[in-house]
Amino acid sequence: MTMTRPLARLAAAVSLLLAAATPALAASPPQQPPVEIDVSGGQVQPLPIAAPAFAGADARTSQLGGQIARVMAADLERSGFFRPLPQSAFPQATLDIAVQPDLTAWRGAGAQALVNGLTTIDADGRLRVDFRLWDVGSGSGANAGGQGQLLGLQFTSTPENWRRMAHKVADAVYRQLTGEDGYFDTRIVFVAESGTRAQRIKRLAIMDQDGANPSFLTDGTEQVLTPRFSGTSQEITYMTLGTDAARVHLFNIETGRHETLGDFSGMVFAPRFSPDGTKVAFSVQKDGNSDIYVMDLRSRESKRLTTDPSIDTSPSFSPDGTKVVFNSDRGGSPQLYVMNANGSNQRRISFGKGRYTTPVWSPKGDWIAFTRQEGSTFHIGVMHPDGSEERTLTSAGLDEGPTWAPNGRVLMFARESAGSSRLWTVDITGRVSRAAEYRAAATDPAWSPLLK
Amino acid sequence: MTLRLTSQAALALMLAGSLAACAHKKPPMATGMNDGSSGSASMPGDRGPSTYGSTGVGSGASGGGYPGGYRPGSAEEFAANDGDRVFFDYDQYTLRAEGRAALDAQAAWLTRYPNVQIRVEGNADERGTREYNFALAGRRASATREYLSTKGINPARMETISYGKERPLDTSGTEPGMARNRNAHTAIVSGAR
Repeated sequence: MTMTRPLARLAAAVSLLLAAATPALAASPPQQPPVEIDVSGGQVQPLPIAAPAFAGADARTSQLGGQIARVMAADLERSGFFRPLPQSAFPQATLDIAVQPDLTAWRGAGAQALVNGLTTIDADGRLRVDFRLWDVGSGSGANAGGQGQLLGLQFTSTPENWRRMAHKVADAVYRQLTGEDGYFDTRIVFVAESGTRAQRIKRLAIMDQDGANPSFLTDGTEQVLTPRFSGTSQEITYMTLGTDAARVHLFNIETGRHETLGDFSGMVFAPRFSPDGTKVAFSVQKDGNSDIYVMDLRSRESKRLTTDPSIDTSPSFSPDGTKVVFNSDRGGSPQLYVMNANGSNQRRISFGKGRYTTPVWSPKGDWIAFTRQEGSTFHIGVMHPDGSEERTLTSAGLDEGPTWAPNGRVLMFARESAGSSRLWTVDITGRVSRAAEYRAAATDPAWSPLLK
Repeated sequence: MTLRLTSQAALALMLAGSLAACAHKKPPMATGMNDGSSGSASMPGDRGPSTYGSTGVGSGASGGGYPGGYRPGSAEEFAANDGDRVFFDYDQYTLRAEGRAALDAQAAWLTRYPNVQIRVEGNADERGTREYNFALAGRRASATREYLSTKGINPARMETISYGKERPLDTSGTEPGMARNRNAHTAIVSGAR
C-alpha cells in the first residue's frame, strides 16, 4: 500500500479550512519517489521528521507556533510511523516559510522530512497557520535526490482552536507521507470509571484523540455503558443500566439534545448507528433470548433481523450499510456472523480458536475487528469480512471492545489489569501498541469520525 | 466540568476502592460484634446467621427476638446464607442441582408470602465481553424465573433484568470469586415484612 498521492487530490481532501493554496504548492512534485511510509504491514522504521516551532511575529504567535508544532509532532510520534527529532538536533531554530530551508543541513541532522510553519493573528483576531512539508532528500551533495516541497497549506480558525489546527496539520502530513487518511482531528467518547469495582460509578466522558480536553458528559447518577459515535455527526448512542431497567439513548454532543430510544418490552442493549446515521441497530432480550433489531430513526419503526433462539448481539454495519456483522452463540460458542442488512443470508465467518465477540466493521470496509478469548487470555484481532487473513494484534488478561479510528488503520480498546481498566491503542499490524493519553480508569472507547 | 485526574489521584481512588472492598467483605459470623444493640437491620451483602435455607446456625448474634435473628417474611430472612442466589457454570445458564434446591426453597418462601414481588437479576463473571455477558446473564435470569414459575410462582410477580458483568458480588478476580459472580439473584421488590 505504499503510494504517493497527487498533490491536487490531497489539497481537495483538506480544503475545508483551506483559505488558499500558496504559490509554492504549484511547484512540481519531486521526480524521485519522495519519502513514504507503508502503514499496512511489515517492518517499519519510524520516519525521522523535524518539526521546529512554527514562527510567529510576536510573543503570542511564537508561543502558539511552538505549541502547534509540539502537538503535531506528538500526534505523528504516537502513530508509530514517525520519529520526531529532538530540538537539540535542529540545524536551524525557526524557519522563515518564505525561504526554502537548508534541506541538506536538515538531512545532515538526520531528518528525512521537515515541517515548518508560520502562525499569524489577523486583523479580526483569527489565527492563521501556514505550513510546508519538505522532503529533505536522499543521497548527498548537489545531486541529492528527492529534495523539495511536498505540501503547502493554510488553515484559519479562532485562536482557541489551536490544538485542532495542530491536529489538522498532523493529518495532512500523515496523509501525504503514508497515503492513508489521518485520524488526529478526532475525539474519543468513553466511560470514565470511579468508585469501587463492586459499586462502580460510570460516567460518559469525551476527550480529544490525544487525551487533551477531557470532560464529563453525564454526572454518574446513572451507570453508562457502550457509547458509539454516529459516522456522520457528533451524535452518540449509549446504554444506561439501572436497577430495574436498561435503556438506549441518543445524545447530540454539539446541541446537548438527548432522548431515550423508545420503551421496549424486554431489555435493550448493544446499540450502534448505521453508517449514514439514520438507523440504530441493537439487541432486545426477551424471555432469555437476545435478538438483533434495527430502528429507523425517522419513522421510529423497528425491524427484527434475527430470530434464532441463541444469543444474537453486538451488531455493526459495513460502511456501505448493506451488511451487518454480529455475535451469536448459535453454533455452541460465541462466534462472528455476517448477514445482509435486512437479516437475510446469515453465515459464520470466525473459525479460529476460542470465543469471538464485539465485532466492529472498519470504516474502510476491509477489516472487522473483534475480541477473541482463548482460555483466560483475551486478544484484539482483525479479519477480512469473509473471515480470511485473521490477525491477532494484542494479548492480555482482559482486552475488549475495539473501536476504529476513522482511517481504519488504528484501533482503541480497553485493557483491564489489577482490577482497573485503561484505554490502549494498537495499529492493524499489531506493531504499534501503547497506552492512550488518558491515564485514569476508563472503558468502552468510541472513536469519532474526523471533525468537520 | 472537566476531569483532570492525575495518575496519583487515580491511584488514590483505586487504593480507597480496594480498602472499601476489603472492609465490606466480612466473614459471615462477624455481624453485630461491634454493637450490642439489636441489629436485625443488616447491611446489604452482610450475611448473618439464620435458620432460613440452612440447618440453623442459630446464634442470637443479631438479636431482635426472632429465632435465627430474622423477622419471618423479611427480605433479610429470604437473603440469608445466599438463599436468594443460584450459581451457574462458566458460560452456562442451566440450573445445577443445588440451584434447583435453592429455588425450591425460594418458591416455598414466596408461596408463603404471596404479596412479595421479585426481580430476578442475572449476573456474569468478568471473563467475557460486556455485551455478550448482558445476553448470557439475561439467560440466567430467565432460566431462574422459568423454574420458579414451574414451582407455582405467578410470572406476574417476577420481573427480570440482566446486569451482565457490571455488578460483581466478588471482586477478588479469583476462580472462586468468579464462580460467585455467575449467578441469578432474586431481589425482593415489595411485599416483604
